[in-house]
Amino acid sequence: MSSGTIAPMPTVHFTSHLRHVAPPEPVTAAGATVAEVLADVFARHPAIRGYVLDDQDRIRVHIAVFVDGLHVRRDILAAPVAPGSEVYILQALSGG
Amino acid sequence: MADRLYVSTRKGLLIYARDGQEWRHHATHFLGSPVSIVLPSADNQTIFCALNLGHFGAKLHRSTDGGATWTELEPPKYPKVETDDAAEKQKAPAVAQLWALAWAGPDKPNALWAGTTPGLFYSPDLGATWQLNEALWNMPERQRWFGGGTVDPALHAICVDPRNSSRVVVAVSCGGVTVTEDGGTSWRVAGQGLRAEFMPPDQQFDPVIQDVHMLAQSPSHPHIWWVQHHNGIFVCKNDLQSWDEVTTAPISHFGFPVAVHPKDGHTAWFVPAKKDEDRYPVDGKMVVNRTKDGGKTFETFRKGLPQENCFDLVYRHGLAVDETGDHLAMGSTTGGLWTSANGGEAWSLLTAHLAPIYAVRFS
Repeated sequence: MSSGTIAPMPTVHFTSHLRHVAPPEPVTAAGATVAEVLADVFARHPAIRGYVLDDQDRIRVHIAVFVDGLHVRRDILAAPVAPGSEVYILQALSGG
Repeated sequence: MADRLYVSTRKGLLIYARDGQEWRHHATHFLGSPVSIVLPSADNQTIFCALNLGHFGAKLHRSTDGGATWTELEPPKYPKVETDDAAEKQKAPAVAQLWALAWAGPDKPNALWAGTTPGLFYSPDLGATWQLNEALWNMPERQRWFGGGTVDPALHAICVDPRNSSRVVVAVSCGGVTVTEDGGTSWRVAGQGLRAEFMPPDQQFDPVIQDVHMLAQSPSHPHIWWVQHHNGIFVCKNDLQSWDEVTTAPISHFGFPVAVHPKDGHTAWFVPAKKDEDRYPVDGKMVVNRTKDGGKTFETFRKGLPQENCFDLVYRHGLAVDETGDHLAMGSTTGGLWTSANGGEAWSLLTAHLAPIYAVRFS
């Protein structure tokens, strides 16, 4: 850009339980929905995909997605993500 | 003689190595992860290990160096259902667990079958790629399968006929016994005579809905088949034409596993339990039943097994016999692991402190 500023991009954080397949640090990713942001991450880190999405490319039942502090519970993949959003991919809590 | 004992637990894969008549802990892999099933090669170099990660789905790993290193493989997956109908999309299948893994036969050394919830998958290339067996999936009777103890039906037993690897027999809880004679191109139901006492009277002999807990084929007498069913033991001595209910087993007819002697199809072992909502050893005493005459009579063995306040249940893959027929292993839901060196007549406790055990296997 002529001004020299860089448009902010969403940042994606993965639960530490995915540390063997996910990037250790949060990553920036392009996209305006959860689906687009994840697709951008999966393109660079393909091993995560099957841990987050099931056979039908649905978010796995026991994965929790937060966007800017809100737990997205319905139509997760279509949920909007703004430039600069913080997206967290976490495991839903359950017993050991 | 088998020199490895693979123990799949809720918290990892433990491998024991033979030390004379004893078994010693050799290695632990995937510590902390639920291991649903393991398939080793005869030389124990190639090992497939299926994980059931609650949050992250069913996973499959392979080692080609006896467990020293592991590679994660793409697990079996259903074809993606392309639809704009939200309800249809929601119903589209996904593999929830790998229940069974089996080598596809000595003439197909790189091929294996995988049983899931409930699709059957085939890999021609040591697990690198998997294809859903469409013929079984599209069989009209498959629509009537239902879950037994789990939400989805479980295809938990795969028997590749030692006479002909194109003949494959699968068992499903609850979906009875189904056979292909042509390598999976076509399938037919093979459960005539199985009886489900929990069904309405006019459906009790419907072969399609039978809750087969485990299926085993005799390696030495391959026309003999055994089933531990939800409500009984069944034997088939005419190569899947019809099943006979065995009502002579003492203690209880309920249980999960069955193991068949590798050299005598009339000898089989069972682990009875209190049916069926209770699911613990009858009177808190753990026993193993053995028949040596095809189900006419049974012996009940207790030596070395807990005889009071015992809650050890043995799951469907939790009992194994080695290729001699002398050595058995048995793992329980409360983490007890026993071995026997005399055909199940006496047992030695290897450890009482594992995580719940899903499967044991010799190789």
